[in-house]
Amino acid sequence: MSVVPAQAVAGTTSGAVDPSAAAAPLAPRARFGPALGAVYRAQLSRARVARIPLLFVATFQSIGIMVLLRGVVDGGDPARDVVAGSSVLVVAFVALNLLAQYFGQLRAGGGLDHYATLPVPPAAVVLGAAAAYASFTVPGTLVTAVTGCLLFQLPMAHLWVLAAVLPLAGAALAGLGAALGLLAPRPELATLCGQLGMSAALLLGVLPAARMPELVGWARDLLPSTYGVEALARSFGTHPDWSAVGADLGVCAAVGVLSLAVATWAYRRAATR
Amino acid sequence: MIAVRELVKTYPAPRGRRGAAAAPAVRANDGISLDVRRGEIFGLLGPNGAGKSTLVRQLTGLLRPDAGSIHVLGHDLVRHPERAARLLGYLGQESTALDELTVALAVETTGRLRGLGAREARAERDAVLAELGLADLAGRPLKKLSGGQRRLACFATALPGERPLLVLDEPTTGMDPVARRAVWAAVDRRRAERGATVVLVTHNVLEAESVLDRVAVIDRGRVIACDTPGGLKDMVSDEVRLELVWRDRPPLEVPEVAALEAAARTSGRRWTLRLPADQARSAVTAVTAGPAFAALDDFTLATPSLEDVYLALGGRAEGLVKA
Repeated sequence: MSVVPAQAVAGTTSGAVDPSAAAAPLAPRARFGPALGAVYRAQLSRARVARIPLLFVATFQSIGIMVLLRGVVDGGDPARDVVAGSSVLVVAFVALNLLAQYFGQLRAGGGLDHYATLPVPPAAVVLGAAAAYASFTVPGTLVTAVTGCLLFQLPMAHLWVLAAVLPLAGAALAGLGAALGLLAPRPELATLCGQLGMSAALLLGVLPAARMPELVGWARDLLPSTYGVEALARSFGTHPDWSAVGADLGVCAAVGVLSLAVATWAYRRAATR
Repeated sequence: MIAVRELVKTYPAPRGRRGAAAAPAVRANDGISLDVRRGEIFGLLGPNGAGKSTLVRQLTGLLRPDAGSIHVLGHDLVRHPERAARLLGYLGQESTALDELTVALAVETTGRLRGLGAREARAERDAVLAELGLADLAGRPLKKLSGGQRRLACFATALPGERPLLVLDEPTTGMDPVARRAVWAAVDRRRAERGATVVLVTHNVLEAESVLDRVAVIDRGRVIACDTPGGLKDMVSDEVRLELVWRDRPPLEVPEVAALEAAARTSGRRWTLRLPADQARSAVTAVTAGPAFAALDDFTLATPSLEDVYLALGGRAEGLVKA
């Protein structure tokens, strides 16, 4: 029998001999870079299997919105807003909505245990998943932006701005999605929050801001996707105001850093209860 | 190797909805102490809800105990739960994190996250898949596999990035005999070649008897016995188990049968009795003759199993599996 009263063994664990003196060596931690790469690669392959149909949905949704609004909007600033908003909507759909759902389900289903019992930095798990979801939006966003430019006869010369808008808006929205998914007490709530966030990105991003009531305008200013939309919309001008584009992207980057930090904190909290 | 002392973990009462009575708090571990020696295959046996998984989640640093201490290989895991990941490989009950990955990628990624370099991770992936006979399934996503195959793939992810301790929570659930043999062969090999220690949660009595060096029998959050399977069975060695299955209903008009009824645990048409050997012999004589035999569908007489030990120790009967 090895069921021993605590008093009988107290001497062996907390007596004169320091137990850590005889402690076995610890296996090395996974370093941040390789761990990030491994999570990214695994998440991307997951996404390829499970998310391709959803990516089609996201792209068709955005293109459909542009086709619908083609009848109402006939150029100028509103057209730029519509194309930019629809393009960033693809990012919101995948990075915010789907990632919130994923982390919500992972947390509810005990899947976080898998990562929590591996010596991997929390930030690598969160950033790897966020980066994978953000990269998965690239084709949909490109297709939407090019289709929009053709539909509304906008110049495509500065579409390279997407190379900055995508990762930065992607980081901001994916961080937000991951944080929502990890903080929501139940997976249904995570899904709901993701859907609401995406609806907000849709309504506040696509509709022209000038005609919004003041309160809704404030909500629009609070949404990180707005700054991605504005940066992209500005680039459709003949002489874009590059300092304003830079400022918008700066806000995206700041929100991205902040939301990913919150998501990492939320992961740590969810993984060790 | 592992020293657990007076471990207590209580789950707070879930908040009751308005109008409904709140459920009470659950004391899942109620003062658990045990020692596991190096190179041992140590089992935690008990029905669902006995507190096995709660104990294991504290061993792996996933759950912080309310009181008590856990030392693994000289490290205090209550103070430093993050060290658990660098000391042990863990197989949990859930596979949600891996479901959409292919078997090969799941094993390789887990190896990477256990700190292996890219080349090492690939090499260990190939070795583990070959060892467990999973090479043919390497390219299939886990969720497309059958339950037993998926469980084997999850077990495979616990192996790369060798750890001196493996903690396996019901590793063979749903597996066919071939897969089970692969698991136990892999465990034995790690023990023989590298002195690995294994802590295993099971509610399968036969498995416990055949593979474990020592067993802690857990019931309602407490260790009610801890010994080798043989040593535990010696506690009830003067008894045998008699199982009677009646065709229709027990012939209670036969006095010998009526006398047995009080001692029998009834489950449908099946009676299970634990009796001293001489009484069991006379009971068999009584039911294999005359009207009692006509009513009898089947009977078995067996030496005691760990289930009988468990019952003799006062454990609840339900939830242990014999397969």
